[in-house]
Amino acid sequence: MNQPSAEPHSQAKKLALAAVFGLAFGFLLQKGGVAKFNVLIGVLLLQDFTVVKVMMTAILVGMVGVFTLNALGKVKLHIQPMRLGAQIIGGLIFGVGFALLAYCPGTGAAALGQGNWDALFGIAGLTAGSYLFAEWSEQISQTIHKWGEKGKLTLPDLWPAHRSLVVAGSALVLSVVLIALEHWTGR
Amino acid sequence: MEMENTPTKAMETRRLNLMALLFALLLLVPQMASAVVYPGADPHEYSGPAWSPYIVGAGIGVLSWLTFYFSDKAIGASSFYATLAGIIGKAVAPRHTESLKYYRENPPKVDWALVFVASAIMGGFVAAFTGGEITNEWMHPMWVARFGDSIILRGFVGFVGGVLMAFGARLAGGCTSGHGISGTLQLNVASWIAVICMFIGGIATAMLLYRV
Repeated sequence: MNQPSAEPHSQAKKLALAAVFGLAFGFLLQKGGVAKFNVLIGVLLLQDFTVVKVMMTAILVGMVGVFTLNALGKVKLHIQPMRLGAQIIGGLIFGVGFALLAYCPGTGAAALGQGNWDALFGIAGLTAGSYLFAEWSEQISQTIHKWGEKGKLTLPDLWPAHRSLVVAGSALVLSVVLIALEHWTGR
Repeated sequence: MEMENTPTKAMETRRLNLMALLFALLLLVPQMASAVVYPGADPHEYSGPAWSPYIVGAGIGVLSWLTFYFSDKAIGASSFYATLAGIIGKAVAPRHTESLKYYRENPPKVDWALVFVASAIMGGFVAAFTGGEITNEWMHPMWVARFGDSIILRGFVGFVGGVLMAFGARLAGGCTSGHGISGTLQLNVASWIAVICMFIGGIATAMLLYRV
């Protein structure tokens, strides 16, 4: 599955798969209402929990499948290393930008497809902001990216229990939160 | 002993009361804020999801099995913009762009993530078209109700929002997809921290923008 693909044929096949998966992703985002301005601002105003329901269900289903496939040796995990300083600062900055635009990078793509033309301003900003980061990437790698560097750290690494138990426990917690959300919130 | 214990206990009770009060305030503030909402600013006035969020969430979960299995990739969106910026940068200033650390490590070219997100735009179109939900509008009425119909203001705020999001996502190593779904589903502690911070920043800013 992971053989290097020097030949253009397999590269084209890979990109064709990306196109199919991307199409499904954008389709699901729009059908889930999370390409809508009011639904996305609604979650940040703690009035519309559609986004949380979509995300948590995706996490729950994705987690069980990916960990099972990994245990069977069928897939590799892709864990981003922990850089506490960068993840806290970056997360907060991201959040401010998210509230200003109302679309995040993925839902912005689906919003554009749906005809929310203001997503174009966001896409221009996202592109400019990415270049700005690249411009400073040398300095950032020597400063912020070093603050609280802990390597790859997953919940099963922290918990003194078998990984399948940690996954089952996490699934239980996510389910309880989802049930509580469904019970206590309207949308 | 009795005499010494009593004031400490009283203090502890007072501290607990204070904490309970602060907690109650924390819960109440959004409630109070939503009580003074003027017309047009309630997200529930506009349409919600076409499909159940649980069906859609489960679909995205299954989709992530497929991307892991068939493509050895985790779903992510923000790197699309970095690659796009790099491709444009290479066309405008090739030597400078190639000298940047980020682009030395992530050479900008048409790759999996670029095709994935470009295709997601089409996916959004297909879903909206089949559901009769094509909006074809430059500004959402909820924005107009709050900030007026100046396209320049919307464009400026949206652009700045995009810049901040991209910068934050590159710092953190992912966005609400890469960290918020793919990282969290692998129980990556860093991703949980990142996505919680994203929502803290987002909630604080949105409350200031739409409720103050």
